[in-house]
Amino acid sequence: MSAILKAPLTVEFPFTRSVGPVQSAFLTGLRERVVLGVRTVDGKVLVPPVEYDPVTAEEIRDLVEVAPTGTVTTWAWNHDPRRGQPLDTPFAWVLVKLDGADTALLHALDAPGPDTVRTGMRVRVRWAEERSGAITDIACFEPYDGESVEPAGHSGEFEEAITGIVAAARLDYTYSPGRAQTGYIEALGDRRIVGERCPTCRKVYVPPRGACPTCGVATRERVEVGPGGTVTTFCIVNIKAKNLDIEVPYVYAHIALDGAGLALHGRIAGIPYDQVRMGLRVEPVWTQGARYPDHYRPTGEPDADYDMYKELL
Amino acid sequence: MTREEAPGARDIAVVAFAQTDHRRTTDEVSEVEMLMPVLHQVLERTGLKAADIGFTCSGSSDYLAGRAFSFTLALDGVGAWPPISESHVEMDGAWALYEAWVKLRTGDADTALVYSYGKSSPGSVRDVLTRQLDPYYLAPLWPDPVALAALQAQALIDAGATDEPALAAVGARSRADATANSHAQLRGSVSQGDYLVRPLRTGDCPPIGDGAAAVVLAVGERARELCERPAWIRGIDHRIEAHGLGVRDLTDSPSARLAAERAGAYERPVDTAELHAPFSSQEVVLRRALGLDETVRVNPSGGALAANPIMAAGLIRIGEAAARIHRGESDRALAHATSGPCLQQNLVAVLEGDPR
Repeated sequence: MSAILKAPLTVEFPFTRSVGPVQSAFLTGLRERVVLGVRTVDGKVLVPPVEYDPVTAEEIRDLVEVAPTGTVTTWAWNHDPRRGQPLDTPFAWVLVKLDGADTALLHALDAPGPDTVRTGMRVRVRWAEERSGAITDIACFEPYDGESVEPAGHSGEFEEAITGIVAAARLDYTYSPGRAQTGYIEALGDRRIVGERCPTCRKVYVPPRGACPTCGVATRERVEVGPGGTVTTFCIVNIKAKNLDIEVPYVYAHIALDGAGLALHGRIAGIPYDQVRMGLRVEPVWTQGARYPDHYRPTGEPDADYDMYKELL
Repeated sequence: MTREEAPGARDIAVVAFAQTDHRRTTDEVSEVEMLMPVLHQVLERTGLKAADIGFTCSGSSDYLAGRAFSFTLALDGVGAWPPISESHVEMDGAWALYEAWVKLRTGDADTALVYSYGKSSPGSVRDVLTRQLDPYYLAPLWPDPVALAALQAQALIDAGATDEPALAAVGARSRADATANSHAQLRGSVSQGDYLVRPLRTGDCPPIGDGAAAVVLAVGERARELCERPAWIRGIDHRIEAHGLGVRDLTDSPSARLAAERAGAYERPVDTAELHAPFSSQEVVLRRALGLDETVRVNPSGGALAANPIMAAGLIRIGEAAARIHRGESDRALAHATSGPCLQQNLVAVLEGDPR
């Protein structure tokens, strides 16, 4: 058994999210260098604002402008900033209660070192040069020892208020498929297809995942299956997928390879699409450099008898 | 509904518990391969077969695996054919146990298998966990769980509730206790290390690792048949706080306290508490919020500072508390699980053994 395979796996997702009236006002406000909070039923001003009162769950819409200056309520020194964080030089994470607000906003504080930060220190917003209506329109906070800034009493009404944000994210993984699937992938490199036999029910699973889903036991015995197989069921694809270099219509089928206890799926070619049928005998076609069969084609054998594959549908 | 006992309410117990050895990496096994041995162990301990189980519930997270519906692959380890009654929570397994407990209370099943697992090793768990934050105001800033816990720790220090040496002592005690726990990832003397995010040092933070756990629940007489000394769930409840961190008092955990009250934790003293406190500072918060004094043995297993397989660490707290009752080392134990940043969500179960 060779080493377990590993490969980098990056998951990136630009979630497009709509915002409600309160979040729209807050985020649009940041674009215009205005910080808005929302007043709760009992008169507290929440910054950042939410649409429902955290205590009573009543809908709240009463927007209130607060100052871009405030007080640190707690902090933590981040000497080693990570990707995506507001500053790429050492900074303090801070919760800041802006003047006029009753709750605190999380953000970064640009300060020379941990000895210059303390709970209770005064700070002000440093605006990002380019602003789009996002929490990152606040570049960070910075120490401030001046007068508190009196807000102008903005109504929360804006021209061209934003209606959504794109929450971009990227996570990097090192994917390892484990022992069973490593064996499967390595066999594909030799143009062989292997499964694993359950020690209890004797069924051969392909691709193997190391466990029999029926018996809930580990599978270890490796078994080569195919190359011939039988079409158990199929569909005709009439819509061309983006970036797919296959003419439509084409046939996508479940194929029970000889010796396998369940069917794999693959494309059927080498036969007109309207002549593909259940029971058709097929074999894999490997193309140069491919890591799995490109498609399956008819072998010319007589069709398999239904009773031979009905358990594999 | 935990305290108002309905007529004919069913007594439910944890009758078996198993966990993996928790390790930094487990490349050689897939999730189902990591999970299967603990599933087999709990079934062996009860003599049950997969087909005998009335309800199965699991907890895990796709974000750890980086793949959608990853839990469906883990189901292969259960033996889900012929079809079983099954459910999943994208949460720590403690919440899967809560769902199973509800299912048993309804009378739909007499036994339940609960399992959970997490492989943190393929990704960067500090980055992954930022994706559970509110997507409008927090997630775009990528504040990682250590940073958020450090804000909570500083708030505690400012409030005079702890200091850095006291926090270090929590970590040291946890890892010393873990020497008796062969499954733990960090055991014995562990360096307090440098600041990860000040005021938290590496010694204040949990190890990152892979692991799985499983428990079997059973009702009434069935529990007595399956286990010599069942760990009866006298109450269980979970509560959540406002998602805005700046709305909360980070030095307190009113949700943990309310869950404990609703689970009946304050009706009589407990002798043991398994607290899911991944950061040393969170143990301080929980001890204060739950009113645990020096008479209570806290985290004899070593707790999450010794092993914190994400999505399983909370279920393990319930399992460890139950196992102490099984062994006769505890008569009444509190088990706690948390989820989310800075103890946002909290679950408390009170477990008891039969009087001796």
